[in-house]
Amino acid sequence: MTRTLVVIGHGMVGHRLVEQLRARDDAGTWRVEILAEESRAAYDRVALSSYLDGKSAEDLGLAGSDFLADPLVRLRLGCGAARIDRAARTVLTTDGTELGYDALVLATGSRPFVPPVPGHDLDGCHVYRTLDDLDGIRDAAVDGAAGVVIGGGLLGLEAANALRLLGMRPHVVEMAPRLMPLQVDDGGGQVLAGLVGDLGLALHCETATNSIIAGPDGRVAGVELGDGSTVEAELVVFSAGVRPRDELAEPAGLARAERGGVLVDDRCRTSDEHIWAVGECAAVDGRCYGLVAPGYAMAEVVVRQLLDLDGAAFPEPDMSTKLKLLGVDVASFGDAHGTADGALDVVHANNAAGTYAKLVLSDDARVLLGGVLVGDASAYATLRPLVGRELPAPPERLLLPAGAGPDAGALPADAVVCSCNNVSKADITGAITGAALSDVAGVKACTRAGTSCGSCVPMLKTLLGECGVAPSRALCEHFEQSRSELFEIIRVTGIGTFSELIGKHGRGLGCDLCKPAVASILASLGRGHILDGEQAGLQDTNDRFLANMQRNGTYSVVPRVPGGEITPDKLIVLGEVARDFELYTKITGGQRIDLFGARVEQLPLIWRRLVDAGFESGHAYGKALRTVKSCVGTDWCRYGVQDSVAMAIRLELRYRGLRAPHKLKSGVSGCARECAEARSKDFGVIATDRGWNLYVGGNGGFTPRHAELLAADLDDEQLIRLVDRFLMFYVRTADRLQRTAAWIESLDGGLEHVREVVVDDSLGIAAELEAAMREHVAGYADEWAGVLADPVKLSRFVSFVNAPDAPDPTISFVAERGQPRPGPVVLPMPSIRPDSEEVLA
Amino acid sequence: MTTWHPICPWEALAPACGVPALLAAEPVALFRTHDDELYAVGNVDPFCGAGVMSRGIVGDRAGEPTVASPMLKQVFSLRTGECLDDPAARLPTFPVRRHDEMVEIAVP
Ligand SMILES: Cc1cc2nc3c(=O)[nH]c(=O)nc-3n(C[C@H](O)[C@H](O)[C@H](O)COP(=O)(O)OP(=O)(O)OC[C@H]3O[C@@H](n4cnc5c(N)ncnc54)[C@H](O)[C@@H]3O)c2cc1C
Ligand code: SF4
Ligand code: FES
Repeated sequence: MTRTLVVIGHGMVGHRLVEQLRARDDAGTWRVEILAEESRAAYDRVALSSYLDGKSAEDLGLAGSDFLADPLVRLRLGCGAARIDRAARTVLTTDGTELGYDALVLATGSRPFVPPVPGHDLDGCHVYRTLDDLDGIRDAAVDGAAGVVIGGGLLGLEAANALRLLGMRPHVVEMAPRLMPLQVDDGGGQVLAGLVGDLGLALHCETATNSIIAGPDGRVAGVELGDGSTVEAELVVFSAGVRPRDELAEPAGLARAERGGVLVDDRCRTSDEHIWAVGECAAVDGRCYGLVAPGYAMAEVVVRQLLDLDGAAFPEPDMSTKLKLLGVDVASFGDAHGTADGALDVVHANNAAGTYAKLVLSDDARVLLGGVLVGDASAYATLRPLVGRELPAPPERLLLPAGAGPDAGALPADAVVCSCNNVSKADITGAITGAALSDVAGVKACTRAGTSCGSCVPMLKTLLGECGVAPSRALCEHFEQSRSELFEIIRVTGIGTFSELIGKHGRGLGCDLCKPAVASILASLGRGHILDGEQAGLQDTNDRFLANMQRNGTYSVVPRVPGGEITPDKLIVLGEVARDFELYTKITGGQRIDLFGARVEQLPLIWRRLVDAGFESGHAYGKALRTVKSCVGTDWCRYGVQDSVAMAIRLELRYRGLRAPHKLKSGVSGCARECAEARSKDFGVIATDRGWNLYVGGNGGFTPRHAELLAADLDDEQLIRLVDRFLMFYVRTADRLQRTAAWIESLDGGLEHVREVVVDDSLGIAAELEAAMREHVAGYADEWAGVLADPVKLSRFVSFVNAPDAPDPTISFVAERGQPRPGPVVLPMPSIRPDSEEVLA
Repeated sequence: MTTWHPICPWEALAPACGVPALLAAEPVALFRTHDDELYAVGNVDPFCGAGVMSRGIVGDRAGEPTVASPMLKQVFSLRTGECLDDPAARLPTFPVRRHDEMVEIAVP
């Protein structure tokens, strides 16, 4: 018989519970009704802050959260629970429906705590918990103005960073003498204060908030602190802790814990045997937990009871945390404050480098109890699973900077590697060998490890390596090496041809994978015209004919129009050429004019006319820089704060012809209104009143992505320098056909690593990258002009080698809206054999 | 009896590059590989109907000489014309030879 489960709250834990239940309830014993007060299905609240840093609401949606297709699940969005009638076993919803239940789970989460200081409810006061809250903050943010975050804990710092990303100047007010008082000790707090201060966050520690001050318009105008001083601000975000949402408990006669929360036992059962509570609203044996991992563990405990599986009790939770997003590493795990009897600290602080690391050890200094890492948390993935275990190496060694630390072999098999999802090392290595997994994506899909906060991903990579899975980076069957390795080989050895390269470093003859990749490397390194000698045969057809092949075998012609700016005379030439050659004409999203339908043999004639009129190749055919889109900027726009057109032209001319692993696009907007859509580009530039903000890694292709901020408030020269470095670093190290977005994701440390290399020059290669770009700029020559001047290259532009002027019979056009478009494809007739003649007759 | 049709001089072919030719009314793609072998297959990509095979990239798969369609990248054997990615499709093949300094193709 199918019974009914009602789940109140569709947050991270409620969602996990339903998902696990449905995954294991093969017999369909439960039908589930979910009441969700928010208007969206469950999303990744842990990653909430990334919503202001490039992620969309869809990105944050939890996998499988469209239960629509599951006939046994009904998700009611925007519909809350108003009352529980335990006697009748019903839940009354806010829209007046009564739902009967056999089992009920409360998963209502927490609400942000807003201290009752005067003015806390003024217009301009916000909290930080839901996507709607963040939309509200985004709408209220004022570029360049100050904003105050009340509370300097983990969430407060995330909120402060959010204000920073929105262009505001954040202040943080914290009652305790240091930031993140729950996770970090005094020594770590000091280093942390220095690091966030460098980012432009103003700190006010050891002070209370007296009141929120209203301006004449009745909106927030500032904050008065405990010492009577005031901070002017346009906006206030409260992040002073959370309170469990237990408001349904009392009226229903369910016990609450002394300090709030629905009281449950270690099986998450309330005083009513049909009702459970999980996640942040639950007080397990009187205690609430504000993290997702314990919530998931509770969900697991309840699912087991619902399905009559051997019931495990709620395990001792792992309260480890790591600060995300600020670009400042902070992690704390286990007994970070050394509260255990006789606990010892081993501390390694380096004020110059801005790093602090502390391990808490048992009284005999043999067992790891916890720790705090500030400034460099790379050891976190290795150390956290070791909590409660004997140290594999002397503590000093464990505290050394990354690389010198312990390796994964030191981890016992039952150590929990992914605490978010409670996955042990043995689970992971078992999956790797059992299911022959070969990459992190496989491990994620198979074990769930690494799918929540992501802090364990480095360890997943290590474990893959430990299981003997060297991720294959081979380009294809002809080269063992990855693209970036081949790049280095070619750069260092000076090899100039594909045959020499494959002879010395590969095998066989090559193919359509490795040949264009090598051609692109040779072109990136400026080794000759792309159609010189043997190089011609390496090129994809587009590069070989310097035009983009279209679906009927004809080509498009796309001259460069830097920044989208074009003179009337040139515009007329384009029109005349298109008319004379009967080409289909379209203005594209990249602010250029594409001419379609040119036959191979027409290409040189068309380009002759264009080159004579001052046009050059737009590289629409190449894995190269395409366009730099621009708005109209200060010249014409009322809002512009910088000359976006001039900058777009400057960037486009600088990087034209640059060959890259994938095509590249860019945009420059003259103000934050973003008319050039610069954040959907590989590198995008947005003007601020202090200079330029540089964003990178947008345009993810099939998986669209917004570019993320790499550096802010740059002057012209700083901007060019950073773009030079960014592009060269990408050109050298990315895989074949890897877009910037995927490339950044693939790097250890992601965007942070890019920032270290490109902005901070952590590898010491910035000068070399800049020099390589200077060389590219100096060596640029128009490819089409090169073809027109070279009879050997021109001789390839024929329809047929033995009938150069005979038009290709497979090409035809029909007219539509006054222009040609490809005619129906005439599939080739098999050559007529004598014995089939009668069939035809 | 086989009739050989002269197509073009040998020097017109660059190694590992294809050229398009017209044989009677039939478009043919002619290839000279790295080791100076000659192959001729139909120029029309059976997947899209466009005459583009001669513009594909020449290479090998496990030693079998191949050309990849520039349109949707299916790989074909130059020896048999068979599509290695989809055995249902194939290109016609033609006998081809070097005769003095000319390249010649025959209709089978
Ligand atoms: C910015 C931010 C960063 C965070 N970072 C981390 C982190 O790094 N690591 C970590 O472990 N945790 C982090 N957390 C905490 C984590 O998000 C929570 O622990 C987790 O979401 C709790 O899940 P839950 O299902 O209990 O509650 P929630 O996800 O809050 O879901 C509860 C849902 O119930 C709904 N609801 C409430 N009452 C009703 C009702 N009467 N009827 C219907 N629906 C109702 C709410 O609207 C809400 O959607 C972070 C939280 C925030 C806000
Ligand atoms: S981005 Fe700003 S400057 Fe550019 S057109 Fe739009 S509003 Fe004007
Ligand atoms: S520890 Fe958070 S995803 Fe693994």
